[in-house]
Amino acid sequence: MHSTLHGPIQHITSAPWLWLIPLFPLLGAIINAFFGQRLQKANQANVHFVAIGAMAASFLVAVTHFVMLVGAEGRFLYGHVWSMFRIGQLDVDFAFAMDELSGLMTLIITGIGTLIHVYSAGYMSKEPAYWRFFCYLNLFVFSMLLLVLGENFMVMFFGWEGVGLCSYLLIGFWYRDYGKATAGMKAFVVNRVGDWGFVSGLMILFWGLGGAWVAEGYTRDDSPRIAAVTAEAMPAQPSHGEQGEHEGAHAAAAAPRTLTVTVYPGADVYVQREEGEPQHIGRSPVVRHALEPGEVTVLVDVPGTIGRLETRATIGDHETALVVLGPTTSFRTLRDQLTLKVDRLANDESGAAGGTTELRDVLANKKIWGIGLLTLACLGFFIGATGKSAQIPLYTWLPDAMAGPTPVSALIHAATMVTAGVYMVARLSFLFSMSPTAMTVVTAVGAMTALFAATMGFFQYDIKKVLAYSTVSQLGFMFIGVGSGAYWVGIFHLMTHAFFKANLFLCSGSVIHGMHHVHHDEASSQDMRNMGGLQKVMPKTAMCYLLGTIAITAVPPGAAGFWSKDEILWKVFTSETIWGGPIWYVLGLCAAACTSFYMWRSWYMTFSGEPSETIKAKVHESPASMTVVLQILAALSIIGGLIGAAPVFHHLLHVAPPLEQWLFGPTMAFSRATFPEHSPIALELGLMALSIALAAGSWLLARSLYANNANPARLAAIKARHAGVWRVLHNKYYVDEIYQATIVNGVRKLRIVLADFDKYAVDGFVNGAGVFGKTASKIVGLVDQHGVDGLVNGVADGTLQAGRKLRGLQTGRIQNYVYGIVGGVAILAFLQYLVK
Amino acid sequence: MQELRPILDIGLVHYLTIAAVLFGFGLLTVMTRRNAVGMLLGVELILNAAGLNFVAFSHYVGGRIEGQIFTVFIIILAASEAAIALAIVLQLYRHTRNIVLDQLAQLKG
Repeated sequence: MHSTLHGPIQHITSAPWLWLIPLFPLLGAIINAFFGQRLQKANQANVHFVAIGAMAASFLVAVTHFVMLVGAEGRFLYGHVWSMFRIGQLDVDFAFAMDELSGLMTLIITGIGTLIHVYSAGYMSKEPAYWRFFCYLNLFVFSMLLLVLGENFMVMFFGWEGVGLCSYLLIGFWYRDYGKATAGMKAFVVNRVGDWGFVSGLMILFWGLGGAWVAEGYTRDDSPRIAAVTAEAMPAQPSHGEQGEHEGAHAAAAAPRTLTVTVYPGADVYVQREEGEPQHIGRSPVVRHALEPGEVTVLVDVPGTIGRLETRATIGDHETALVVLGPTTSFRTLRDQLTLKVDRLANDESGAAGGTTELRDVLANKKIWGIGLLTLACLGFFIGATGKSAQIPLYTWLPDAMAGPTPVSALIHAATMVTAGVYMVARLSFLFSMSPTAMTVVTAVGAMTALFAATMGFFQYDIKKVLAYSTVSQLGFMFIGVGSGAYWVGIFHLMTHAFFKANLFLCSGSVIHGMHHVHHDEASSQDMRNMGGLQKVMPKTAMCYLLGTIAITAVPPGAAGFWSKDEILWKVFTSETIWGGPIWYVLGLCAAACTSFYMWRSWYMTFSGEPSETIKAKVHESPASMTVVLQILAALSIIGGLIGAAPVFHHLLHVAPPLEQWLFGPTMAFSRATFPEHSPIALELGLMALSIALAAGSWLLARSLYANNANPARLAAIKARHAGVWRVLHNKYYVDEIYQATIVNGVRKLRIVLADFDKYAVDGFVNGAGVFGKTASKIVGLVDQHGVDGLVNGVADGTLQAGRKLRGLQTGRIQNYVYGIVGGVAILAFLQYLVK
Repeated sequence: MQELRPILDIGLVHYLTIAAVLFGFGLLTVMTRRNAVGMLLGVELILNAAGLNFVAFSHYVGGRIEGQIFTVFIIILAASEAAIALAIVLQLYRHTRNIVLDQLAQLKG
């Protein structure tokens, strides 16, 4: 049967130092955790030197590995650290992997993370718990790197939970403020709901894989299994014209007559021919051994409880590789396994037709409770994503998360952590694309969130709240992208968003930093009504905020957001995989128009017009450590979009954009999502023009209403005329209140019911058992007291009484004894006489 | 040889009778005397009665000299017993000024 399996196998390049990337932030966190207070007392700069140094080191290692990755065969760096546990089929390694997707994410995280650390050194300089802040920040980066570099679900989940923890710690950083502490708790609890989905999805998937893949289908089998597979070339990227002919050539070369073993890292691999001795050919995961053609037995000696596995292999003109069959937590082996193809022979007896099936088709046909297993698993994962990435219905924690320090909002709640859900969907593209239902759900939720959150941003006065709703909305766009099957576009928007939203948040931080000189309480210093005219006093910040606004509102043609957002809208419009593409397109288009309105509103309210006298006197530009970072990020927000400017590359240069080429392997190569081969260019340009027109209209509207704070009377009139709408939007559709009234109160009510249940049912049962035990023991006690003890005491008492009676015999008078002796002799003599 | 003996020829029965009488006197002395020395005299009588029996049986029944040897031992034993017992009585007297055994029952349990 082994000869019938074939498929593309991920080749790996060993990268034994990959773990250094997350190690440095961890070390930084540990140093600041244990010595931070002392370091800070000596000199505050010590603390941020440690933290920024750790980040810079991590960034450098990441860049080194990224360069390695560009030249690596198979574009997959693999660093095995240790085997965590191996139980039955469950093989979990603490291992890191860097492919094109996680490489890009790593660069974003460490790069932007370093910038934000530098910015924080300025922003937080007056903070007494300076060391604690940097400790948490480094710990966060460590967890985030675990999340993206984790080679399997488990390491990813460690990171997933770790970033949740750090998010909680940093939102509640000023924990003496009750509101902030509860905001942290809210984020944590809401994310728990998502985590439940993630774990459920993982369990469903694991359970579904727990069987034997044979040509006939699926049977249960719980033993760990490997199989030899004929390796095929990786799918190549479809060409976009004559220059794209040689795309993917690097993946096509398969080495003949070699055996590749990358499964079960740390296992010794032996090859046995006929009756010969097993020959040791190396240790996984770097076995690449040339062999003579013919039939061989491959033995894999796995340390631990799994023991020795074996399989037959035919070494032929193609490369042979081993794959794990059955449950696996590793993304790589899961993907290898699912994209395997089984050749089915035509069966004359049953009339079954011959052909080739991909194993994931078999899995896709598996159903539980009438729903496709894959759909269910993907929806579970997506629930996890809605929690982490703040989508409907679990988005409510993100606006509250603005209680944290602003650099935290920029790093965690805009640039990196909240994109974890998008990353996960893209990472599992080979799974998600199998289930159009799940894809449609992802797109729909993304589209609805994008529009919903954008409208909520309309009438917020807190500058950070505007950006928070904007983040929720932009995350919705990313999910539209990954949901419609254009995974690379979702990741593209993730990247551009990381640039411009980090920039915008840090600008708002700079503004708040300045406004603190005027208003000392937090609410007023973040209230845009108190701002206005800041352009005059903070020119650098204003410039950067303007560039960020241009980027997010998708001003053509330079801005990063323009390329990524329009590509998302184009892809969802044309997607052939999901249901109702144009509907989601319209929602997304409206959301984009709304984005333009609220972002320009925030710009005009904050920066335009004449500053008031107090602002003029007291507010100054932020220190260089902050503005330089802003300028770098602003520049990235503008030029960062060029590497994915799809229409330019497709229609003018006739190649795929560099980013699409780069991300093709991990996201698109095994995706089943399809898009039309040739779409009319007029349609694409028309839609683009439409979105530009809408965005421009929104901009003009915002300008007429808010520019220079020129006509407050008109604003007040409009507000009065639409008071109902205004109130609903300002209060965010009362979603928090609805949750409070339904779920939170429901849980509280349930708590009372459960308390009663506990009190009467559980306690009743427990108390009943107690009473029963008490009664039974009383009976046993009585038996013991009167029966057993009576016997024992009776013996003792009897002996005592007898002794008391017999004591009188011993008088101490010798004569008495002699009487006894004589009497006894006399009796014996008499008896003898009688007997005779 | 048997028929040549005189009628009042002294035989085993005579010895045994005398020994029994001696034993009876001894026992009576032990049982009735309150005085420790008196009781020791009774014990001596009993021992000598036993010795007499040994010799008589040895002579008339046993044939060889085991009985005589036992008797010698008994005599030696009686002598040493009397010596030790008299020493005890003497010490008793020194401590209590009394050798009436009825009043000396301190060793009873």
